[in-house]
Amino acid sequence: MNYLPNTPKDREEMLKTIGVKSIEELFSDIPPALRFKGDMKLPAALSESEVAKLMRELAAKNTAQDFATFIGAGAYDHYVPAVVRHVLGRSEFYTAYTPYQPEVSQAVLQSIFEYQTMICELTGMDAANASMYDGASAAAESVTIASGLTRRKTALVSRSVHPETRGVTETYAKGHDITVKEVPFENGVTSVKELEKMLSGDVACVVIQQPNFFGNIEPVDEISSKVQAAGATLIVQVNPMSLGVLRPPAEYGAEIVVGEGQVFGNPMAFGGPFLGILAVKNKYLRRMPGRLVGETTDNRGQRGFVLTLQTREQHIRRERATSNICSNEALNALAATVYLSWLGKEGIKELAEHCVAKAHYLADAISGLKGYELAWKTPFFNEFAVKCPVDPEKIVKSLVEKKILAGYPLGRTYPELKDHLLIAVTEKRTKKEMDDLLAGLEGLA
Amino acid sequence: MRRLEPLIFEISKPGRKAYSLPALEVEKKPMSEYLPAGELRTTPAELPEVSEVDVVRHFTRLSQLNHGVDIGFYPLGSCTMKYNPKINEEAANLPGFTDIHPYAPEETVQGALQLMYELQEYLAEIAGMDKVSLQPAAGAHGELTGIHIIRAYHKSRNDAARAKILIPDSAHGTNPASGVLAGFQTVQIPSDSRGGVDIEALEKVMDETVAGLMLTNPNTLGLFDENIEKIQEIVHKKGGLLYYDGANANAIMGIARPGDMGFDVLHFNLHKTFSTPHGGGGPGSGPVAVKKELAQFLPVPVVEFDGQKYYLNYDVPNTVGRMKSFYGNFLVMVKAYAYIRSLGPDGLREASQDAVLNANYILRRILEYYDLPYDRHCKHEFVVSPQRIKKETGCHTMDISKRLLDYGVHPPTNYFPLIVDEAIMVEPTETESKETLDYFADALIAIAKEAYSNPEMLHKAPHTTVVGRLDEAGAAKNPRIRWQKGM
Repeated sequence: MNYLPNTPKDREEMLKTIGVKSIEELFSDIPPALRFKGDMKLPAALSESEVAKLMRELAAKNTAQDFATFIGAGAYDHYVPAVVRHVLGRSEFYTAYTPYQPEVSQAVLQSIFEYQTMICELTGMDAANASMYDGASAAAESVTIASGLTRRKTALVSRSVHPETRGVTETYAKGHDITVKEVPFENGVTSVKELEKMLSGDVACVVIQQPNFFGNIEPVDEISSKVQAAGATLIVQVNPMSLGVLRPPAEYGAEIVVGEGQVFGNPMAFGGPFLGILAVKNKYLRRMPGRLVGETTDNRGQRGFVLTLQTREQHIRRERATSNICSNEALNALAATVYLSWLGKEGIKELAEHCVAKAHYLADAISGLKGYELAWKTPFFNEFAVKCPVDPEKIVKSLVEKKILAGYPLGRTYPELKDHLLIAVTEKRTKKEMDDLLAGLEGLA
Repeated sequence: MRRLEPLIFEISKPGRKAYSLPALEVEKKPMSEYLPAGELRTTPAELPEVSEVDVVRHFTRLSQLNHGVDIGFYPLGSCTMKYNPKINEEAANLPGFTDIHPYAPEETVQGALQLMYELQEYLAEIAGMDKVSLQPAAGAHGELTGIHIIRAYHKSRNDAARAKILIPDSAHGTNPASGVLAGFQTVQIPSDSRGGVDIEALEKVMDETVAGLMLTNPNTLGLFDENIEKIQEIVHKKGGLLYYDGANANAIMGIARPGDMGFDVLHFNLHKTFSTPHGGGGPGSGPVAVKKELAQFLPVPVVEFDGQKYYLNYDVPNTVGRMKSFYGNFLVMVKAYAYIRSLGPDGLREASQDAVLNANYILRRILEYYDLPYDRHCKHEFVVSPQRIKKETGCHTMDISKRLLDYGVHPPTNYFPLIVDEAIMVEPTETESKETLDYFADALIAIAKEAYSNPEMLHKAPHTTVVGRLDEAGAAKNPRIRWQKGM
């Protein structure tokens, strides 16, 4: 199965126009020693129906698709409405590329402009770009922005930030000689006392997560005042769904907001493609990585949209660009735009409230089970850590048989929390599913 | 009936809604009983209030303002805008792929891990490399990963003085940006009279302070660097490594392999060469492939197979670390996997052959009017310049491109590579028919003639699109990057 329209006769005519005898002649500039001889060791071609069958078989091996998932930890099982898939399936969107020719790209440009607006509304920031690869790389690049502006070379990252965000931040920091230091946590949130001690004159920025990796609400006012006093930038990684009920980070002094936008209309998809949210206050605008869409007018006086402030970008600025990002996650940003249109002003609040109420129902019930207790008494959004009487890895394994994904064993990334299970609840979880999880946990205690 | 569409905010009406939620089933107390009162949002975010019909019509109408591969020819150079098979989209929408959590126990996601493992193997074979990481989310992300690997390699040998990365002047803009982002100083190497790397210049700068060379081959001129054996010898002899930018790999599948050319690290763009769509700017996927000696530096985790089951291996001794959360853009991998299985080894080679044939055909058809800076057969793309047209009519590449829009064709890449004045970079891909290529060549010729007969019409083009030429300078001068209530 291939997708080549040329007929043998077409090829013959084309070769004649070119003035060569064979296609082979067009490759004569490749040194003979470098020509690949023989066949690549790949499976033979399949017809479309064979490919369809093969893909269905592979998908069927992923039994997790039918499970009630209580795993969150950075990817959440929210419902993706049909309108999102419908719009994303329009090939006018998905078979286009970066809108370099705005006259025939208004669909992508206007939808990004709408996306930028929605993210600014949710976060209270002045500008949002047209997406980063994911929340982790958005956080990593925001550290570079802050270091560039403050000309300082240390970044403090709370240990209550997603371990993978911390990992990516460390990798990126190596290229900029930025030292990344970890701020410990206490009672499930960033230790303000320790943070204060670590805030030296060389600290460019402090990265926290709200709600944090454990689902807990950070003492953001206290953190923010210490960060501001030290002249550093406060970077907050959000679960953007929580902004339906939680105040926008701008209100407590965040200057850069990053986040994992998967929750807005993108399926869990085994971890990607996701959507990196990056929004900033005006003073960081010209240091921002990636694409930005701006409003303008055409030569007929009509409103239109274009890529703007492109002199920050690699295709113009090359080695002096603020980032190397080119392809981003535009279609996932479109998913978020359609999703947030569907959810609307009321919907995001109501949905976030459902998550809170359901998560608290489950947390209360688990803390009533013998042997189980909540790790901390800290307020949380839709995710919480439970101290278990048995190894959480064992719990997860056992409940697979009941088609339940019980949660994320924190010991995988926090040795100090070896007996803790991180449990997330979205609006999709039914009371029955939660009660099944409770029964399962009780049976293992 | 294509026309401009209001912003979604402008059709919002208080009280209108599209969403529905599952039954709550449990008690809901006031939020202040769960969360600190001071942390609650007091002013709702101004998201639109619209019905489901509004949502669907808004985005459907908007979509009609876009050009995509499914609408017409899209010969955007170095972007490989080939046809995206629909079966791949269907496969990536299967719930077995979309509805799986990345931290689900390995025994419940064996299909996903198997697909990733096999894709790693296929890409290694196509590249002539030994080991692959699927983690990078895009081409530039692959470059950054690859350069971090090169950095880690030299560091592991206590060879820390290597602070430079060499990059030809014809390279994609991402190359120098990636080099700098990974902590290197970049040094530009000029091109020679045949469009390849200037060997003398390379020899002059290649020393023990250089970590490696980034090269696209065929390069952005669409020309295969005939001196690649010599180049790799010069770089390797002084202890440097070679990075292959796979943006142009559509020219070489099954014909020549970067691993055999002497490259040590490369990335592929799955959204280009392996036909997963471009999504209006993403998501892409930029897997990195390396030679055996560099496998110890790959980002974690990599997918392994123990003969019984597939698993994620976090135990890579000298890993560069993590480049991205989770494992990469999985649904993009699903599409690339389906594509490789559909074409098979012969199909991939034939795709590259026809990509090269199609490019050379257009090139030879338009040379009467457009100038070729390096007169050679091209590979999958070529660069021409409207030098004579510019001199004799005052019409520029920009005017020609905008006029192409009136012919229903997406313009080629403009003004790149930077080493060719007024560059027009054309990449037709293999999935276009001779009729489409002829239509495009005829359009370019007709526009060249229009430049002489009516240059003013070209300056004002496009004429038939819903919006006309847009004021980009004005947009940058006074940036309006969000809608505001009452705007």
